[in-house]
Amino acid sequence: MDNYKIVVIGGGPAGLAAALSAKRAGVDEILIVERDCRLGGILNQCIHNGFGLHTFKEELTGPEYAQRFINQVKEEKIEYWLNTMTIDISEDKVVTTINSREGLRHIKAEAIVLAMGCRERPRGALNIPGYRPAGIYNAGTAQRLVNIEGYMPGREVVILGSGDIGLIMARRMTLEGAKVKVVAEIMPHSGGLKRNIVQCLDDYGIPLKLSHTVVDIKGRERVEAVTIAEVDEKLKPIPGTEETYTCDTLLLSVGLIPENELSEKIQVKLDEKTNGPEVNESFETSKEGVFACGNVLHVHDLVDFVSQEAETAGSCAAEYVKQKADKKEKEEMIILTAGEGITYTVPKYIRIERMKDTLKVRFRVRQIYKEGTIGVYADGEKIASRKKRIFAPGEMEEVILKKKDLVKGNGVSQIKIQMEGE
Amino acid sequence: MDKTVTCIGCPLGCAVTVTFSQDGTISKITGNTCKRGEDYARKEVTNPARVVTSIVRVKGGDISMLSVKTASDIPKDKIFDCMEKLRSITVEAPVHIGDVILKDVCSTGIDVIATKEIVVK
Repeated sequence: MDNYKIVVIGGGPAGLAAALSAKRAGVDEILIVERDCRLGGILNQCIHNGFGLHTFKEELTGPEYAQRFINQVKEEKIEYWLNTMTIDISEDKVVTTINSREGLRHIKAEAIVLAMGCRERPRGALNIPGYRPAGIYNAGTAQRLVNIEGYMPGREVVILGSGDIGLIMARRMTLEGAKVKVVAEIMPHSGGLKRNIVQCLDDYGIPLKLSHTVVDIKGRERVEAVTIAEVDEKLKPIPGTEETYTCDTLLLSVGLIPENELSEKIQVKLDEKTNGPEVNESFETSKEGVFACGNVLHVHDLVDFVSQEAETAGSCAAEYVKQKADKKEKEEMIILTAGEGITYTVPKYIRIERMKDTLKVRFRVRQIYKEGTIGVYADGEKIASRKKRIFAPGEMEEVILKKKDLVKGNGVSQIKIQMEGE
Repeated sequence: MDKTVTCIGCPLGCAVTVTFSQDGTISKITGNTCKRGEDYARKEVTNPARVVTSIVRVKGGDISMLSVKTASDIPKDKIFDCMEKLRSITVEAPVHIGDVILKDVCSTGIDVIATKEIVVK
């Protein structure tokens, strides 16, 4: 059995930033386990620019952003295993990995950072009627085929879902000579960033049909046509609104799901909204010494925020390893709840003794709110509010809590974040 | 003459209309709700430009495609010409981030550079 202080599962942006900050916090024996042949995770296939505006104050492509962190990991001499799959985590923090060179290995860790990222929601989860021909891809799979393997998945394309990957792929396929006929989005608003709608669709005259979904896929061997229809407020297709587009490819960009099979093995408690672990102010899950960050925790739209969160998770993991001795038996926890108009909050719990002077809470709003105000309440008393001209579900929001607001009187037991008024 | 663009500054996505006077100068910018919208629209109607990102083939490397970008934004109407030029290029490993892959693409004065590290297989 190998022994490490901290094992980081996943060598994408979250894993890299977590490992770096743990190392800089003074922990030496750190191991990153990565299943792909190189570090960097999904950034390796995100060849478009726009990454790093917050972190580096410049616009980088995905591979360039990843490389900045990879270089630091190498400089810090942090150990990493590539082409290695983590297949199990046990209650006593033994991580089991497998690869074709060494077979099975067991690693005893004092702390674990979960940084496995997320996976695309597949067609099977959508109940689209029609045949099951070749030519239906998840947008991220198509992105990998085009940008890493160098294959074109098709020539005439319909895209379902206006998440950022779908928008990015609409442009990418167009630049590579394909004809993208339409992007259909079931919701009345796009799930993608405004700049992607303008620069990926409008720039190339690709129509975006909101409140539309795919109702039929034609073709037995290969996709031959896709029929889309308008939907009503209950998201049910409206008869008579069907339009058929001939095409050979359907790309699905219909959401991402945190990849938590490993977390579930050790019964880490998952949040039903994010599908990621419930964490406290230190990004620690319901299992002591097991931390989570990045898209395995909740799906992000900006990698910069992933890096920030992972940095905190990594330094908290380091703190945990160094201070295990003075851990209290039971600590009082403040519970954060998502009120009216808010889908979820990360973190979900705050241990006030462990909270720094301020804490950033991230969340998403349920729908588009113009001239909205976010209200933050501690046991019913308003402690903060933030006005914005527009709040959209596609853009992650944040509020900063101040410790001094939470220690008044006997201390606060519940914090509620909610949307107020139009 | 009017031109309307959608601002990308925030999710509001204001439709900003730029009005030109007879001599072709901008006489009026309306529809924006903040200063950023005005600046964006001015640039977008006078000199629309984009950074182009794509891939080229690479020989002898640990992976077979190299990601590249134009070192800065190029005029929007040169995007497809630029893509065409990139299609015929094959480079040899190793490649480092920032290596020039194609000089002065489509006479824009801008180079296409590598955005990925590729080692010899």
